[in-house]
Amino acid sequence: MKKLLLMGNPNVGKSALFSRLTGVHVVAANYPGSTVEYTSGHLKRDGEYWEVIDVPGTYTLEPTCKAEEVAVKMLDQGDLIVNVLDATNLERNLNLSLQLVKKRIPMIMVLNFWDETAHKGIHINLEQLQQVFNIPILPTTAVSGEGVKHLVDMIPHARTSSFDYSGKDRWNEIGKIISHIQVLEHKHHTFGEILGEASIKPFPGIPLAVVVLFACFLAIWWVGDSIKTWIVDPLFGSLLDPLLTDLSHILGAGSFLHNLLLGGLRNGAIDFEGGFGILTTGLYVPFAIVLPYIITFYIVLSVLEDTGYLPRLGILLDRAMHTVGLHGMGFIPMLLALGCNVPGVMALRTMENEKARFICATLMAIAVPCWGQLAVIIALLSGSGPWGISVYAVSMVLIWLGLGMILKRGVKGESLEIFIEIPPYRFPYPRVLLKKIWMRVVHFLKEALPFVFLGIIIVNLLYLSRVIYILGDIAAPVFTTLFGLPRETVGAVIVGLLRKDVAVGMLLPLGLSFKQLIVASVMLTVYFPCMATFLLLIKELGLKRMLKAVLIMLATFLVTGTGLNALLSLLHW
Amino acid sequence: MSVADLKKGEKAVFLGMHGGWGMRRRLEAMGMYPGVVLTKISDHLFGGPVIIRIGRMQLAVGKHMAHRIMVRRIGGME
Repeated sequence: MKKLLLMGNPNVGKSALFSRLTGVHVVAANYPGSTVEYTSGHLKRDGEYWEVIDVPGTYTLEPTCKAEEVAVKMLDQGDLIVNVLDATNLERNLNLSLQLVKKRIPMIMVLNFWDETAHKGIHINLEQLQQVFNIPILPTTAVSGEGVKHLVDMIPHARTSSFDYSGKDRWNEIGKIISHIQVLEHKHHTFGEILGEASIKPFPGIPLAVVVLFACFLAIWWVGDSIKTWIVDPLFGSLLDPLLTDLSHILGAGSFLHNLLLGGLRNGAIDFEGGFGILTTGLYVPFAIVLPYIITFYIVLSVLEDTGYLPRLGILLDRAMHTVGLHGMGFIPMLLALGCNVPGVMALRTMENEKARFICATLMAIAVPCWGQLAVIIALLSGSGPWGISVYAVSMVLIWLGLGMILKRGVKGESLEIFIEIPPYRFPYPRVLLKKIWMRVVHFLKEALPFVFLGIIIVNLLYLSRVIYILGDIAAPVFTTLFGLPRETVGAVIVGLLRKDVAVGMLLPLGLSFKQLIVASVMLTVYFPCMATFLLLIKELGLKRMLKAVLIMLATFLVTGTGLNALLSLLHW
Repeated sequence: MSVADLKKGEKAVFLGMHGGWGMRRRLEAMGMYPGVVLTKISDHLFGGPVIIRIGRMQLAVGKHMAHRIMVRRIGGME
């Protein structure tokens, strides 16, 4: 099958175009480097199949980071290059085009964001540009799909460019082309441009960021809570509860199947939260406790991404991130990890060196809870008022900071500085936005459900075989003496290897004191990433580095557990 | 003088960069080559990044790097 490569600078809309061409949806965002690994899909044209490859963005064919290396390697296999350019920033984009031309592969140029050129006062003479390169050159607006059909029609007309230039002075050459084909009309700054600059200056940028972040968390909390209270809980109560009650009568309380499917009853009624059956807790934790907040988290995250606000937050937080040995862009993987650690780990590839990757991975695995886990922790701690959640949050932030400061000094290598192109603000396209949120929620369910069910089966087997009590006795010195936790929490720790939200759910029926709740929540967050994250980390970091990370994890687990227990005991909480 | 020495809103011509070949190459690839005109947009407090604009592109550059980007001030403010 012939290969079509989509190539261009970062953040020019390659992924949006890819989705349009192939119908395969990939997560795109408005900041450089959101595609780190190539994705491929298929396109059928006149009965002929093409493999379309979404190549990570690159500024040059002389790679400067891992994602760019991937891009350059892909080049050897290409039968056709579709060079995607940002029409509002033509000069810089042509630098790559001039390098691609030298590769003598049939090419088409696509000037994307064409809709933005008019109101930004940019006039590009397409015909003249076409004469310069002697290849098809088309305007597109990939997010809305404009011009994409024309691109497909033009595929057979692709050819190697006859454009030739001598020597090294590419920028001079580009300057000559630009002066012929582009006219810039002097325009006053658009509202987006004014807002764009205001929001990265310390003032009013920082106060604005505080307001935005606070509003985001409030929105996630409120909307999530409303979905749970008004939609999901009534569904469980009125639809599932009667069905399961009937099933309970048929199976008979105490039978093996009853335990496995429905778990224990509370006062003779179905217990969704603490029953620990596949059909009770197994459905209630992912769908009622976690899903509403996952949906709202991803709505907020996706809007922040597509408008282009996320990298600006990174810039504002740059100084703060330096205390843990990262720079401002290290904030983005951390935030993704807060949704689910798996995409967080994937985003590590945009980081420039091994030190940054290791610090970010370790910090994320230890001190960044995923939203699923967080939702259950909030449910668990909400009984003790706002104090519980605040103490948990402060503990996690302190662990993150403290561990980061140690890693910054302890890990060999240079701490690099921020160097990033700031994308313009853009209005998210509702259709693209919804598709992205949908994909992320589906990913959560696919990732979560098998492990949730497996976790619940294991819990039941542990109790049934009484293995849990043996393990409890073995671990008792650490858990009861050092952490002040009952031995049943050992079960939660075991299940936490598979899935953190179920593990925290296991604490619900234990009747823990305030202090124990805090210690247990923090411990379950810190001690180990879930199975999916763990496997991915081995792949991304390598076995040796991962072993180091695990040792750091265990040390943090012991130190913070003992410390937190002692501190809270001293405070008489 | 370096970009760090410029005042907010000042324009300057980029002359070159002290230090790493890799970094120079990265700057060049993004369109920062000797002779290009840039505008400093803002400084950040306590050693945060410096924001500059070249043509239609805005860049955030770490403080230490900003000290190594050599420029010549030209008249004109924004």
